[in-house]
Parts: sequence; structure tokens; C-alpha cells
Amino acid sequence: MPDVTVPSPPLIRAVRLNKIYPVQDGEPIVALKDVDFDISCGEFVTVVGPSGCGKSTLLKIMAGILPGGTGSLTLGGAAITGPSRHVGVVFQAPVLLPWRTVLENVLLPIDVQRRGRAAHLERAHELLRMVGLDGFASRYPAELSGGMQQRVGIVRALVHDPDLLLMDEPFGALDAMTREQMNLDLLRIWATNGKTIMLVTHSIPEAVFLADRVIVMSPRPGRIIDTISVALPRPRALSMMSTPEFGVLTEAIRGHFGALGALDT
Amino acid sequence: MKPGGRRTDLLLTVMMAVLFLAAWQWAIWFFTIPPIVIPAPLAVLGALRDGIVTGELPAQFLVTFGEVVMGFLAGAVLGLAWGVLVGLFPLMERLVYPYIVAFQTVPKVAIAPIIVIWFGYGMTSKVIITATIAFFPVLANTIVGLRAAPRDQVELLIALTASRWQIFRLVRFPQALPYIFVGLDVAIVLAVIGAIVGEFVGAQAGLGYLILQRDFNLDMAGVFAILLILSVLGIGLHSLVTGLQRRVVFWMDYTGDRTVGA
Repeated sequence: MPDVTVPSPPLIRAVRLNKIYPVQDGEPIVALKDVDFDISCGEFVTVVGPSGCGKSTLLKIMAGILPGGTGSLTLGGAAITGPSRHVGVVFQAPVLLPWRTVLENVLLPIDVQRRGRAAHLERAHELLRMVGLDGFASRYPAELSGGMQQRVGIVRALVHDPDLLLMDEPFGALDAMTREQMNLDLLRIWATNGKTIMLVTHSIPEAVFLADRVIVMSPRPGRIIDTISVALPRPRALSMMSTPEFGVLTEAIRGHFGALGALDT
Repeated sequence: MKPGGRRTDLLLTVMMAVLFLAAWQWAIWFFTIPPIVIPAPLAVLGALRDGIVTGELPAQFLVTFGEVVMGFLAGAVLGLAWGVLVGLFPLMERLVYPYIVAFQTVPKVAIAPIIVIWFGYGMTSKVIITATIAFFPVLANTIVGLRAAPRDQVELLIALTASRWQIFRLVRFPQALPYIFVGLDVAIVLAVIGAIVGEFVGAQAGLGYLILQRDFNLDMAGVFAILLILSVLGIGLHSLVTGLQRRVVFWMDYTGDRTVGA
């Protein structure tokens, strides 16, 4: 059950966030329109929406990779103006550097941010152990399967102990069985580390299965059309996906997209 | 490639060479071709042995070899440095690159006489000619390579708060290395051509100089012996670069690495 008794200040607050891409000789593209949301410390929030709804744009703005448009977006009370040392990002592809071993890839944030490898070796190994990859520390990425590579990508995003973990469709390229296993692994990591996670996905069941709250976005221009609290108990098991409660939630989200003509189902 | 396949390939290459030489020797005997047109393989080997015993070939080889190595190194270092500058600063590309391309379109053979006039008949002019030829492939490949870094790798580094220099050092440069080695491989083969062309234009020593001398004396076997040395030199240098490439760019797959590219 989500803890409603202790109101912690939001870690992230977006107020009337807008992002417009100028287009040469044409109407500018409105990627985000008046996006408002709060994310509390320790919360697991998923953002679900059809392709092109601006959810990846939103995540990239939060990661400081893309400049924000108008409106305000704060992390821990401070406006996000660029990349932060306190944020970890996981991309859709694992994005591992092929000339670095698994361990060296995991330590990349440590190297970039000059935090000192020696002080983080133990943590890197511990995180690799948590995802069952400790025996692969000295292997190169090309020797790993897609699911293993993505796990390395997640461990890398966690190694410098960030306050916020941003995940951009991290399991989109994996097969269904690996994907379910990765969902369970991620929940286990989240339960152990107590990070705040915002995960973008276009899979409605995945969004519901992982989240405390699901932010539902409309197709372009990207707006938040609903925020659904997921009151399913934790720890979650895959069997919950076939419960009526789970079905009610996914149906509610599907209903939104159906009404907008964004889904065929 | 499988080790067995490599060995079979080598065996086939050697067999082809033996067959070819035998046919060559036989044809010269059968059609009674005069030695000033095409020398017999055995005569070439004889000239090679004589040249080595008298010390003439080793001495001239060292001159040319020195020109090749120094010219290659100078051209490669300059090409790499300019490539990094142009690849890192887009403004440099717009300012400098058109002139570099314009320079490249001038045949180096055409400016070789000028360089000889400027820098004399010694090794310096040959090293400079060789360097101008080796420069461009390294430059062009470095520029292309520095652009080859996948967007998501660069975005990852940006998200990690990496500086411009860190992005270069941790992603762009390693990502450019396979391209740079292609440039180096082309450059080292061109460097041999550059040194010989330089010696043709005006020299007092070197294998190219010796070729001209033997040409005048209609010593065809002697000329062929030098060509043999030059080809062994080219193959040796090419293998050196690809060997180095395999060690440095160890993460790349090497199947299909058969092109010399010059």
C-alpha cells in the first residue's frame, strides 16, 4: 500500500511544462502541453502513452539532455537546467561502450564524475551480484545477451547512488519473457535501494505492474490526461497480472486511449 | 576467420606464386624473350642476391625505408591532429576543410619537383612529399570517425554531466579509432609510393633512384629485384598496421579485412 500518512515534499515538481519544437516552413510541433505533476521521494511512477506523445521528450528534459520549454520543472526544489550528478538514466538500448568491460561500463559515471573508482568498486560488484552478473564483471558487452546488457545499463545508472532514476522504455527491445524477469528484477532493486523511479513505457500492463502511480499521456500534443494510483500490494508477483484489480486498472488506461482513437484494441 | 582457413589461404597463395614463377621461367625459355624486355625469375633472384651481397641494396633500402617511415609518421601525426581539430570544432571545418580538399586535389606528383627545388635532393624533400601524401587519408578518416559516435552514447555522457573533453576522450576518440586505422593503413601504402615518386623526381640515393639508374643501364633483372623489395616492404608495413589495429581496436570484428585500399 502506498504510504499516505507521511506527506514528504515532492522530489520533482512540474508546473505547466510546455515544449515546442520549431519546424522549418510549417507548424511548430507541440511535444508537451501544460504538463503538471509531482513525484515524491521513493515513489515509483510510470508514464504511459502511445508513440509520439512526448513521454521520451519529458524524460530527456528531466535528465537535462534536452532544454526545457516554458513552465517550471524542479528537482529537490532547484530548477533543472542541465544534467545532474544526482540522476541516473537508463535508455531504451543498453548503450554500453564496447571497449570497456562490464565492470568498467558500470563504473563509467564514477569516472566521469571523478568520484574515485576504489570507493565504488564494492558497490559496483554488489549491484552486479544483485542482477546476477557478478561473474561477468571482466567480460566485454559483446559477450552478453540483450537482457544482460540492459541489466548492466541499469546497474550503471545506480552505481553513483542517484536520488532519481529515469528510465526511457528500458525493456522495449527485449523479448516478452526477459521483459517480465527484468520487471521483477527492477522491483527488487527498487525495494532494496529505495530510489525514486520514473519509467516511461508504451506497455500498459508494464506501467501498471511496476508503478505506485501511472501518468497517462495523450498523443501529440502531449498532455497528461489521467493519473492512476495503483493500490496493488507489494511485493508484486507476475500472477497479479491476471487478477481482476489489475484488469480494471489496465482497462481504465486503455479506455483513455480508445476514446482518443490512439489504440485499435 | 578460422585458423585452419587462414592456413589454407596461405598455402594457396604460396602455391599460386610457385606456379606463376614456374610458368614465367618456362615462357621466357620457350619464347626466347630477351632479358632487356622481361627478365627470368632466376635472373631476378640472382640480381637480388648480388645486390644484397655487395651491400648496395641494403644501403639504398635503408634510405627509402627511412623516408617512408619518417614521412608516414609526420603525415599521420599531422593528419590526426588536424582531424581532431576539425572534428571537434565545427568552425574549423568550415574555415579550413575546403582548402585542405583543394590541396588534396592537386596531384602530389605535380608538386614534387617544387618540393625538391625548395628542400634539395636529400632525404628532407622525400620525407615532405611522403608526408603530404600520407596526410590526407588519415585526416579524412579521423574526421569521419569522430562523427561516428552513436548519438545515444554521446547523450549518455551528457546525462552523466561529462565535459566536452570527457566526451571526446571516453566516446568520440575510441569510436574513431577503427576509422583512423583504415586511414593509417591507406597512408602507409601510399607512403611507399610517395618516397619512390620523390626519388624519381630528384635524388642521390634510395631504391627509386636506383631503379632509374638500372633502367638507364637496361638492367631489367636489377629493376625487378627492387620491385620485389618494394612489394615486400609494402606488405610488411601493411601487416604492421593491421596487427597494431587488431590489438588496439580489439572490440571490432575483423572478418572481411582484406582490402588494402590504396
